[in-house]
Amino acid sequence: MDALFLVAAVLGITALLSVPLGRYMAAAMEPGDAAPRLTRAFERISGARGGQGWKAYVVSMLVFNLCMFALCFAILALQQHLPMNPDGKGALSLDLIFNTTASFTTNTNLQHYSGEVSMSYLSQLAALMWLQFVSAATGIAALAALARGIAGRADMGNFLIDVQRASFLILLPVALVFAVVLVLLGLPMTFQGAAQALTLEGAVQTIARGPVAAFVAIKQLGTNGGGFFGPNSTHPLENVSFWSNAVEMGAIILIPMSCVWMFGRIIGRPRHGAVIFGVMATFLLLTIAGSVGFERAPTAAFAGLPIEAAGNLEGKEMRFGATGGPLWAVLTTATSNGSVGAMHDSLNPMTGLMPMLGMWLNSTFGGNGVGMINMFLYIVVAVFVAGMMVGRTPEYLGHRIEAREVKLAILALFAHAAMILGGTALFAATPWGADTVLNAGPHGFSEILYEFTSASANNGSGFEGLGDNTVPWNVATGLVMLAARFIPIILPLAIAGSLMAKRRSAESAGTLGVEDATFATMLTITIVIFGALTFFPAGVLGPVAEQLSMPH
Amino acid sequence: MERRVATSLFTTDLAAAAVRGALAKLDPRVLWRNPVMFATGVVAAFATILFVRALVTGAGDAGFQGQLVFWLWLTVLFGNFAEALAEGRGKAQAAALRSTKAELTGVRLTGDTRETVAASALAAGDVVMVETGALIPADGEVIEGVASVNEAAITGESAPVIREAGGDRSAVTAGTRVISDWIKVRVTVEPGQGFLDRMIALVEGSSRAKTPNEIALTILLTGLTLIFLVVIATLPAFAAYAGGSIAVPVLVALFVALIPTTISALLSAIGIAGMDRLVRFNVLAKSGRAVEAAGDIDVLLLDKTGTITLGDRQASEFVALPGIAQSDLIEAALLASLADETPEGRSIVALAREEGFRTTTTAGAAVVAFTAQTRVSGIDTGDRSIRKGAVDALLKLHDHDPQAVTALRRITDRIAREGGTPLAVADGIRLLGAVHLKDIVKSGVRERFAELRRMGIRTVMITGDNPLTAAAIAAEAGVDDFLAEATPEDKLALIRKEQQGGRLVAMCGDGTNDAPALAQADVGVAMNTGTQAAREAGNMVDLDNNPTKLIEIVGLGKQLLMTRGALTTFSISNDVAKYFAILPAIFVVLYPGLDTLNVMRLASPESAILSAVIFNALIIPLLVPLALRGVAYRPQPAGRQLLRNLGIYGVGGIVSPFVGIKLIDLAVSGLGLA
Repeated sequence: MDALFLVAAVLGITALLSVPLGRYMAAAMEPGDAAPRLTRAFERISGARGGQGWKAYVVSMLVFNLCMFALCFAILALQQHLPMNPDGKGALSLDLIFNTTASFTTNTNLQHYSGEVSMSYLSQLAALMWLQFVSAATGIAALAALARGIAGRADMGNFLIDVQRASFLILLPVALVFAVVLVLLGLPMTFQGAAQALTLEGAVQTIARGPVAAFVAIKQLGTNGGGFFGPNSTHPLENVSFWSNAVEMGAIILIPMSCVWMFGRIIGRPRHGAVIFGVMATFLLLTIAGSVGFERAPTAAFAGLPIEAAGNLEGKEMRFGATGGPLWAVLTTATSNGSVGAMHDSLNPMTGLMPMLGMWLNSTFGGNGVGMINMFLYIVVAVFVAGMMVGRTPEYLGHRIEAREVKLAILALFAHAAMILGGTALFAATPWGADTVLNAGPHGFSEILYEFTSASANNGSGFEGLGDNTVPWNVATGLVMLAARFIPIILPLAIAGSLMAKRRSAESAGTLGVEDATFATMLTITIVIFGALTFFPAGVLGPVAEQLSMPH
Repeated sequence: MERRVATSLFTTDLAAAAVRGALAKLDPRVLWRNPVMFATGVVAAFATILFVRALVTGAGDAGFQGQLVFWLWLTVLFGNFAEALAEGRGKAQAAALRSTKAELTGVRLTGDTRETVAASALAAGDVVMVETGALIPADGEVIEGVASVNEAAITGESAPVIREAGGDRSAVTAGTRVISDWIKVRVTVEPGQGFLDRMIALVEGSSRAKTPNEIALTILLTGLTLIFLVVIATLPAFAAYAGGSIAVPVLVALFVALIPTTISALLSAIGIAGMDRLVRFNVLAKSGRAVEAAGDIDVLLLDKTGTITLGDRQASEFVALPGIAQSDLIEAALLASLADETPEGRSIVALAREEGFRTTTTAGAAVVAFTAQTRVSGIDTGDRSIRKGAVDALLKLHDHDPQAVTALRRITDRIAREGGTPLAVADGIRLLGAVHLKDIVKSGVRERFAELRRMGIRTVMITGDNPLTAAAIAAEAGVDDFLAEATPEDKLALIRKEQQGGRLVAMCGDGTNDAPALAQADVGVAMNTGTQAAREAGNMVDLDNNPTKLIEIVGLGKQLLMTRGALTTFSISNDVAKYFAILPAIFVVLYPGLDTLNVMRLASPESAILSAVIFNALIIPLLVPLALRGVAYRPQPAGRQLLRNLGIYGVGGIVSPFVGIKLIDLAVSGLGLA
């Protein structure tokens, strides 16, 4: 019961909060004539002005991200010479810098390092936390542009203005409020170096600390997931209590949920947004039910032991139990967050499948902005097949879906599958991967599969149990993260650009409706068949084989 | 379709020709047009090489591989067979069309010289003389003369039609026969470009260009194939990690089972069969694209006369002026109509007889016939001079009593408001009253329009009537809107306006002045009796000259797309069961626990793989009838349509292979094949 209550409370309250926040986000991204001075200020800061077509928008986005990449790379590479380094953190290896920069630029936050060991405060704040803001803002901006294209506007807006709106009007205020809540709950927020404590045994213990609350706030809200400390939100100073655990879980999913409402509002079809929200929520609830169920079921290893009834507590933060762990695991992977509240490596095999499923689909709320953008790809495919089934040239909100749109959508879905399966195959068959896993058999396979899944979904969580700070891992996942970030943004924007150029057709009773349960069903089936089936064999060889191979 | 043509799908001749065609289509250059089937062919060839190697070296299970190779090739052949069969049916149609065209000759007039030349030598602009008994050698326009022409060869209608220079009946079609008089025809098309030529090419499938929809679907299917290629190509590495390996023929089997072969195999058959159904319906389309556009129609412009109402008006009521005896009016109207052979005249006689009037013509009566100048007709008998006609025309004959005129106006206005046409009747200078001529709305059209509305299609009635009459008929027929006193310019403007609102418009027309509107409409159906200009401007020609057919054409277009969508859904849904058949079979050696996934309890790994591949192959011929006939279509809103098709082809597509593969597995293991 307590499990159900926790799930219902976290999801329910967050979903309720997301409605007004989504409305606010739509207003912030689309102020119209409401706040002319603010818009002028943004124009002055960036020197940008006027609307952009999809190509110009993409170019601005790429150039901006390239600059951010360079800035972050420079700070990390020079951290030992830069200020705000009270604990004297040293130089990092080049491949780790590349991987980390790629990871944070792409909103992935895959961490092949341990923050409290390797990073100076300047690196944490100016490089990593800064990117946590602007990468999330990039996603929200891209979604706003996509929605404008679909809404049939003359242009997609202006990236440099959008990214400021998303940063200053959405992420900054929400993160500020959330950080204050976290400080009140007891998270540290200080620029002093590590604390020295004398333990009862008389030993000297060094306790790492720093501006944790600020970092955790945007880590959770921006679907970033890169923790201040290596153990992420299982670390007692990142996640101090049951209450901090609950609000941090809510924060994971808050903005991705709001993005769906924002999308619905900008395209002028809030009901369509609600239908998409429903489909995403269905997948989320199914994976949560699966993971919590599998994790609470006693495994053969515990059979007959006194702790059998408690479920699988291995790798759990004891304060949060066998429900909090898997719930976090699903939330963090259904979105592209990737912070962890339990060791995924220690989850029961089938429980481990659920986070992977979330990342394979990568659209059951998904990352800030980009989750909804990924869902758009499934919508294009669903609308195309369903449109034929109602006997009309497929249309989405009055735009005809034709060869070009189908081509771009299927290409994006192909890229996601190819990066996960191709990467896994390469590393599973070579010492690059095979020598780095800590477990044999299907579990080791899951460790490799999970790492590429996480990189391609721009998630950033680790299954762990993997010695991943090696040159091949750093380079491969770095490249995958970059490609997996920008391909699924550029291709949908290209689709929207192509839709914008077409004459819109009127809707009638003969048009496929996108606001009813029938469409939701069609979309669900499309996601299962085009998304999940692709990964069926990999899932069978990893978690399913492990589950079925366990002694009964 | 309500009017489904009952033709058998498999005659022996057609099937034999299709088998030959299936083999001929193995040519890689032909196969390449269908990327998914091409991929199937390539891996089948690859598997064949491995099979031969296994035979030679004796390594591996050659018997199992041989069966796999057999079924893989059969998959490709079944696809080719479906296409060849559809083409064969089209060819049979085309042959009938072409036989009329064979060896046509014409008498070409150049200045004063006449020469007999083959039809293929006639170029656009040539003038030919066609006399009684001769076949018209090329599509063209009558420039001189008038003749009756038998067009049975293309329309199946044996009653001859009049073709004359000028006006709306000037177009003639190659292959039709002049049965009286003579005409001079100016050829309007280059050889091989005539309507028949284009139609023959379309139904044969030889020059069938893929429609935009088909291209998009092909891209989707090709993309899926690429995704599954990655899925399959990565499996050996996964297996190697687990310390095992997968035989290449098994990988090939899984690949072919997963890629959407079913829909790809049937794709072109669906398209060709759609054109074929249209031709059976006596409609010629200039492109497949036009047929699909018909399915997208939002607005249907329909001419009132002949489409919504019967062509002829019928007398329904006699309305006498105040102070005039009803019997006087009826008798006068009857007398005036006795010699009137028009449908209106006959209906007046019939109505009067119903009322019990037996009057017949008296000897010495002089019939006054209707002329376009006077617009009245009647009879002079003894001292009476009875006239009937349009109100204004009749009133012009004499200076009538203004009071009676006012009373008559009141009556005729009421008739007009009710959608009728008033016919005034006068005896000399005495106005008697009016006959209510009613436009009879065809039975059943109201229901058809309701159907269309449910499908989301708006109907607009086009009429030359005044707005009052038009509104009344529109209400009675249940159309959504009407355009009264319509000129060709009005029609064009209406089409443009609808299109600017993002709607697709269909219309039919026959006159030269309809040509701009036909060209502007997204689907323009020209009547075969119409002018050459109209036929060139439209993208379809209706050989039966039945404007109501637009409604059926819309249905055909929708059915074409729905068949594609339904089979795509079915094809992809099948993959779930195929995974459950093949994956445990491949990996059970590595992880014995995976036997749990063998939910169908298939006999052995080999049998499981073989059964999945056999199912994948056999489902193609099983679905050929559905592809050729089209999925059942009934007019209903899009949401209900989707739910229905999703239920049948989506859920059915998931469930049926579980059953099918299990049954095949029972047979395969029972026969000891694997």
